[in-house]
Amino acid sequence: MPALPPRLTDWFAVQGWTLHPHQMEMLSRADEAATLLIAPTGGGKTLAGFLPSLAELGETPAAGLHTLYVSPLKALTADIRRNLGRPVEGAGLKIRIEDRTGDTSSHTRRRQRADPPHILLTTPESLALMLSYEDAPRLFGDLRRVVVDELHALAESKRGDQLMLGISRLKALAPGLRVVGLSATVEDPPALARYLAPAGCGVLVADPGPDPDITMLDTDEAPPWAGGGGRYAIPAILEEIRRHRTTLIFHNTRAQAELFFRDLWLANEDNLPVAIHHGSLAREQRQKVEAAMAEGALRAVVCTGTLDLGIDWGDVDLVIQVGAPKNVKRLVQRIGRANHRYNAPSKALILPANRWEVVECQAALAAVRERDLDGEPRGRGPRDVLCQHILARACAGPFLAEELYLEVLGAGPYSDLTRAEFDACLDFAATGGYALRAYDRWQRLKQTEGHWHLRDPRAASVIRQNLGTIIGTETLAVRLRGRGLPLGEVEEDFAATLTPGDTFLIGGEVVRFDGLRELTVEVSRAPGRAPKVAVFNGTKFSTSTLLTHRIMGMLQQERWPELPAHTARWLALQRELSRLPSPDRLLCESFPHDGYEHLCIYGFVGRNGQQTLGLLITKQMEAMGLAPLGFVATDYATLIWGLEPVVDAAPLFDAATLREGLEHWLAGNAVMKRTFRNSAIIAGLIERNNQGRRKTGRQASFSSDILYDTLRRHDPGHLMLQITREEALRGLVDFGRIEDMLARTGGRIDLLRLSRLTPLAAPLFLEPGKVPVEGAGRERLVAATAERLMAEAGLG
Amino acid sequence: MTAHHPFRLLGVALEARASGALWHEESRLLVVSDLHLGRSERLARRGGALLPPYETRETLARLDGEIEATRPARVICLGDSFDDLAAAGSLDEAERLWLARLMAGRDWIWIEGNHDAGPVEVGGAHRAEVSLGPLVFRHIPQPGAVGEVAGHFHPKVVLAGRSHRAFLIDGARVILPAFGAYTGGMRPDDPALAGLMAPGAMAVLCGARAIPVPLAPLLRR
Repeated sequence: MPALPPRLTDWFAVQGWTLHPHQMEMLSRADEAATLLIAPTGGGKTLAGFLPSLAELGETPAAGLHTLYVSPLKALTADIRRNLGRPVEGAGLKIRIEDRTGDTSSHTRRRQRADPPHILLTTPESLALMLSYEDAPRLFGDLRRVVVDELHALAESKRGDQLMLGISRLKALAPGLRVVGLSATVEDPPALARYLAPAGCGVLVADPGPDPDITMLDTDEAPPWAGGGGRYAIPAILEEIRRHRTTLIFHNTRAQAELFFRDLWLANEDNLPVAIHHGSLAREQRQKVEAAMAEGALRAVVCTGTLDLGIDWGDVDLVIQVGAPKNVKRLVQRIGRANHRYNAPSKALILPANRWEVVECQAALAAVRERDLDGEPRGRGPRDVLCQHILARACAGPFLAEELYLEVLGAGPYSDLTRAEFDACLDFAATGGYALRAYDRWQRLKQTEGHWHLRDPRAASVIRQNLGTIIGTETLAVRLRGRGLPLGEVEEDFAATLTPGDTFLIGGEVVRFDGLRELTVEVSRAPGRAPKVAVFNGTKFSTSTLLTHRIMGMLQQERWPELPAHTARWLALQRELSRLPSPDRLLCESFPHDGYEHLCIYGFVGRNGQQTLGLLITKQMEAMGLAPLGFVATDYATLIWGLEPVVDAAPLFDAATLREGLEHWLAGNAVMKRTFRNSAIIAGLIERNNQGRRKTGRQASFSSDILYDTLRRHDPGHLMLQITREEALRGLVDFGRIEDMLARTGGRIDLLRLSRLTPLAAPLFLEPGKVPVEGAGRERLVAATAERLMAEAGLG
Repeated sequence: MTAHHPFRLLGVALEARASGALWHEESRLLVVSDLHLGRSERLARRGGALLPPYETRETLARLDGEIEATRPARVICLGDSFDDLAAAGSLDEAERLWLARLMAGRDWIWIEGNHDAGPVEVGGAHRAEVSLGPLVFRHIPQPGAVGEVAGHFHPKVVLAGRSHRAFLIDGARVILPAFGAYTGGMRPDDPALAGLMAPGAMAVLCGARAIPVPLAPLLRR
């Protein structure tokens, strides 16, 4: 076991710091090839991960890169540099710590490659980029340790898969490399350990600390029937802000955060210093808030997931979660932001945004109390990420297929990849696959004397510009006209709906749209004007399986003493007028309302799954002549309206037909096209960037839609279509959960034919995001409209 | 309602077909506009989007279907049949043969469009415009023309929330929708198109069947 430098232990002693047992243990495991440390937020995880590096580097380390630290957030690397800098500088150690992210200047990057620091802090995307340069072997040849922070978060997305491929590459460049993963509490630690290092990985679980103090925020006013944002509770929240030192107010989406912040500001009569922080705001804006936060100058910050991960800013003593957390693990993470000390319980309030969320919040609280965490088992590593990795590998220099294959097997998510699967990805990277062979531009790799290499070395810069697995909705920068001050960004689709003079919210202020200049939205300030709804979204999460099961469990109770009276009454009324959904049966309600027939399906398969169910079931209804016109989905139900009543639901839910629908019909749907587009961008089939000229999202989706349709018709076995089908089982399509629901209910379908809409279905009528169905029903409406216009014109 | 929409232009009986083609039964004449063959190839050549090169076959298949259904003695392609002159030369062998088969045994006229001004290297006659009785066939509609059959604008209209390719028809002219795949569209209230149609004009929507609608209410915002 390497010892810490005496000057460092002295400094710890002066500060009155003692190491936690798990931090000591990490030091004694320093020589193990791979270790996964699981500790709660505030447990000194990051220091634990760095202790072996500090011990090995000693007081006067030799030059060269020793430790690479990878975290999912740029902000986190800056934070760690500050926090790690304190003991290192305090103890006078000659260790150089620098960060390198997308925000690092090109000058600094070049300098870092020529003269690397001892500890480099970076992100998965920046690592992928560094590995794609020809000098990667020199830069990483002496690397001794890798520390992956927030592994639980990375493992939930393709960023983690890309990182695992990168680490596998690092192991090949630097034999003997040791890997440490740091994670918050997860439901299945051994699975995460296999993900990090399939050849074997020790797991160290730290003491989880005291239970959090978490309750539902009681408000005088009952929450609304539908919608999000929790603005009804602003007076109660202001009261909480006054009572606490610093409050973090988490929202699930950026739009909700913006709307909430504006109303909070309008109601803030005491002028309490409050701020807003989310991923759509300009970097300068965010940094201002972060700095003010670190100085303790703010009483509250309204924020989204960008503040979710282990950033430690000042004295937060209360966390408020607005809207149902959708996921118990995320809630636990967020609670951890409060009272960021290991041995003190965190204090959190949870605020349901609507009536249904009262039930959901209650279920989440029960899960937190019982330390019941949710998590979906991870699938195999997605192959679009592998395609990108192969292209990036080719940028760094020629390679042998056999060697790269063995390297890829060393990455947890790809440890069971077959050689045939690998070869298909290599072939795709080389030629674009069968349908695209005809184009010269797709021919990217060539084999010469056994070695694969770029056919045209100039292609490397385009490949590098397109590295990364985060596919956001395309956004446009928003700037103040004239002064060019950046305010943030909005989604391109939203920008397209704006006409000059329209107002919207960004960064908590109302601005007027003046015009679009290339890829920039030009605005001027327009205080006091009523804003159009800011449509730019954060991620729309689906409620986790665990949480939906707990909710269905709650619905079976005789009475609901834990729920506020208004919500308990609502559920009781539903039971009286119709029925409450139960886990082992599928409840459907059929009723006429407002001139149309309605079918409400309580599938409880999450927003994405219910959306897919809506697409598949309306297709079935179309085939049965029921003339559906549209549907809307929430996390627990889908509401379909049309021209004919549904009187027999069983034929709609035949598993084989639904699966066939997924294969043949849903394949042509926009959701699948979007899924395809994301994978096609990651795999390098569609370029996001070309020599700095960004494609607008509209251009990219136009060409990707046509690509998709064409591949489907002419080359249905194409690798990208296989990948799209795999993705469809989870993510946006989430068919896996529909399959689970069908198995759970085993054909026990209750179709209730009712004379009017029911209490549980009513809020669905207020949901935004209605999807029209193109079919006979719509054609009947088109024909009827045309006939009416003809008659009115006297032509009928 | 029939699948196709019969109407008269200066007394000549015509049929607006659901596919977007125009049919003159008496002379067994089929008219299609704006095929834009070779579009993806041209876009790729000019460094634009790389679309898979299948739209030409798609368009030929549609045209094949219409020819099969109507058995025309004469076909007039109303201009912009090729996305540019080079695109005409770049059709692959199979597409060239397919086109030749469609052209075989019938009178075939290519009207010049703005995309394909000048003779192209496939068979058939090439004309700036063609007259037939009281009707004149040309690519770009001319203001004030009478008895004119033209294309160029790719008209599309929105009805009951959906966009449809459409014929625009009044007493003096008809404007055909684009027949080719991967082609965009123009709303009839676009300034370029707005002045052309007389009050009382009709739109005939393409799709599963041809649906006639008065144009005026569709222009209201």
